[in-house]
Amino acid sequence: MTVSDIQKLLNAKVLSCNEKLNMEVTNAFASDMMSDCLAFAKDANVLITGLCNPQVMRTAELLDIECIIFIKGKEPTDSMITLAQNNGICVLMSEYCMFETAGILFKTGEIGGATVGC
Amino acid sequence: MAADNTIKLHYDVPNDDFTRAGEASSDLKGKLKQMGISPDAIRKVSIALYEGEINMVIHANGGYIDAEISENGLKLVLCDTGPGINDIVQATQAGFSTALEQTRMLGFGAGMGLPNMLQNTDDMIIDSIVGVGTTITMFIKM
Repeated sequence: MTVSDIQKLLNAKVLSCNEKLNMEVTNAFASDMMSDCLAFAKDANVLITGLCNPQVMRTAELLDIECIIFIKGKEPTDSMITLAQNNGICVLMSEYCMFETAGILFKTGEIGGATVGC
Repeated sequence: MAADNTIKLHYDVPNDDFTRAGEASSDLKGKLKQMGISPDAIRKVSIALYEGEINMVIHANGGYIDAEISENGLKLVLCDTGPGINDIVQATQAGFSTALEQTRMLGFGAGMGLPNMLQNTDDMIIDSIVGVGTTITMFIKM
């Protein structure tokens, strides 16, 4: 599945790295706790989160996560978007809540979980 | 590698500036990538150091980090003059946290910091004196 497919499925707004929409993604992790991402998001290249602060971008950068989906219409600040852009992270904003966002993606069967031990 | 081939780096972790936490981890990650270090080792370093940086900002009003890269691996020394850790065994248990609700609102403070650091290092020593500060020494093979 590409980031572009995700964008269409979620009717999401693209906030950074438009040029990476054709990038293939395979595994997602959903959490508002960045420590949980650091501990458990083993092979994720997509992060779904309702947390909206610069540490989301940092966490994604340090874990090589290439796409962040902010849920419930949470809009990152310009400085957060710049941080994502500088690190090649594609940022999407969806109006769906976390349960719906994860469910829509999981239902396609084309994107899996990314949790250590699962 | 001879001692003079050891690469030494120093980072200051700003006092109480949550938005800048992670800058040292990000910089070190970039440098290790340029050096051709394996992605697995870089991932471990990134997670361990980032958790350490966050701890220094939320618990200890910042501090400094010294990194030493040699052929054996990476040694990281994280030093702060914060409140210190009262019970180190308890502090390293997953889920134990003294963080305030405000910290949890920022996505941390779930009691996973020190456990994540232990999980991603080959050796880790915590020296802490209550009221004086904490020094954490981590070693990661590369």
